[in-house]
Amino acid sequence: MRPVYMISGGITRFAKAHPEKDFRWMVKEAFDYALADVPALDRRQIDGSVCSYFSDHFTRQLMAGAMVQDYLGLNPRPSRRIEGGGATGGLCFQAAWEAVASGRMELCLAMGFETMSRVNTWKGNEFIAMASDTNFDYPVGGFYTGYYAMMVQRHMHEFGTTVEQMARVAVKNHANARHNPYAQRPARLSVEDVRSAPMVATPLTLLDCCQMSDGAAVALIASAAMAEKLGATPVRITGVGCGTDAMRMADRPHGRVPLLPHEREADYVRLSYPGVHSFRAGRTAAALAYRMAGISEPGRELDFVELHDAYTSSEIQTCEDLGLCRYGEGGRFVESGAPYLTNVDYGLTFSGDQRWPYLPVNPSGGLLACGHPVGATGLMQAVFGFWQLQGTIERHLGDGTLQLPGPKRGLIHSHAGTGTYITVSILERA
Amino acid sequence: MDKKARIPETEDGTVLFDVDPIIVKHHYEIDYLHSYAQDSPFFAGLAAKKLLGSRCPACSITYATPRGHCMECGGATEWVELPQAGRVHTFTTCFFGGEAFLDETPFTLILVEFDGIDTLFLSRLAGVEPDEVRIGLPVRARFLRNSKFKPTDVYFIPA
Repeated sequence: MRPVYMISGGITRFAKAHPEKDFRWMVKEAFDYALADVPALDRRQIDGSVCSYFSDHFTRQLMAGAMVQDYLGLNPRPSRRIEGGGATGGLCFQAAWEAVASGRMELCLAMGFETMSRVNTWKGNEFIAMASDTNFDYPVGGFYTGYYAMMVQRHMHEFGTTVEQMARVAVKNHANARHNPYAQRPARLSVEDVRSAPMVATPLTLLDCCQMSDGAAVALIASAAMAEKLGATPVRITGVGCGTDAMRMADRPHGRVPLLPHEREADYVRLSYPGVHSFRAGRTAAALAYRMAGISEPGRELDFVELHDAYTSSEIQTCEDLGLCRYGEGGRFVESGAPYLTNVDYGLTFSGDQRWPYLPVNPSGGLLACGHPVGATGLMQAVFGFWQLQGTIERHLGDGTLQLPGPKRGLIHSHAGTGTYITVSILERA
Repeated sequence: MDKKARIPETEDGTVLFDVDPIIVKHHYEIDYLHSYAQDSPFFAGLAAKKLLGSRCPACSITYATPRGHCMECGGATEWVELPQAGRVHTFTTCFFGGEAFLDETPFTLILVEFDGIDTLFLSRLAGVEPDEVRIGLPVRARFLRNSKFKPTDVYFIPA
């Protein structure tokens, strides 16, 4: 395998609805932005594409990816669709990495979208719940927020995680998004605001959950030679990992924790894993990506994390899967202030627990505040991560608040189902 | 050839939500011929007021939610009858949901754990207020009198 780089990215503003543009034009808008950012790049240099979108039900159009390829003027070059629920975007990013790493392509376009506004929210919940076992899970009351609510109830039971700790995640991500013009729901919130929002599925309120969105994102992935030829400011993709788990969370084993290099067996003597409180696929994806990137202490060797916070609870669970803190410490990790930007006022006081070093999680605002147009989401994370490492946040967002000072290495994490497909990719300043 | 040909028009019209851009209503409905295939005995079991799980003879794993082949070794499983009493492993009360279930809100979902069974079973819990349900609550199965051959033919109530 040869080194692989991201050389440009683009996104549309994520919104509840973009009826004025169909999915083809939304992707084109993100694509044209990414092209314009590398002036030496000619569309004809793109060898092919991979296209991510989750649901044919939302699109009401089969082979929608072929229509995007057509609209962008990329015919007759190779293309294919990538689909894997909520992780569709992350899988697409890694498919583009594979195309370049293998030598099949010098320059591959990863493009993704979702148009969720075409049905009402209730029907949308139903479409999403079709991504659970339709014999056994969906008919019982298929509802993803319900599934995640059950998972976090168990997390609270096992580890003492509190709803206030979860609300603090919502406060953070919505506040970060106030400096991100691409975000759908920026807001200054308090813990009380989150807890007093309408209850969706106990204990998750409306503000513990991301929204449905329309949007698109693209990432251009290139070989070293192509990156150099184009005079781009590339970011290297140094690690990719993917993990899977049972579609039905009821089937999850209750066994032992697969340890990361910095963990010990003694950390988890009484923990039955993953059960329904943790994501074995996330741990697996992280372990693979860390090994490839040579990371042994993720909490100290990463400068930021953009993770799949479809729910406040899943951000806490994911911080544990990624080894940013140990299993069971996610709530206290959040309370410590470690994942909060030091230059944003959240209206919160932190415990100041020094166990965990400063490590911003979802500086962009994450899914909670940016929105979650499923096929675009994992690529949106790549774009924000890419701009962070390039040091170009201010130029792209028109606001430099979210720019970290000289970050060297970031992690992006994309997540499907009840933890059914999960990807982790590591990006580094070249 | 008919040089005055006309395609007959209908008067059903189109529901229009907006004109800039034009947003129209598109209806879409499907009836599937859905086979439960190897999972069929589970649904037949519900009609007979039995809860059937799957056991892997090689791995000695018993699955509370049936699967024809073992998750660990890939071998064929055997049908086993599950106990009809267990405990709440985790729970939630849904106040919103998918369109198909909105009329039924609020409803409580639980994962049931059974003694001696290795995995869990998703079901509804009836007969408790949202603030009465807790992890560890003993529950027992109750079956619909007239089976619909759906997983909701069984639900749980406090034991």
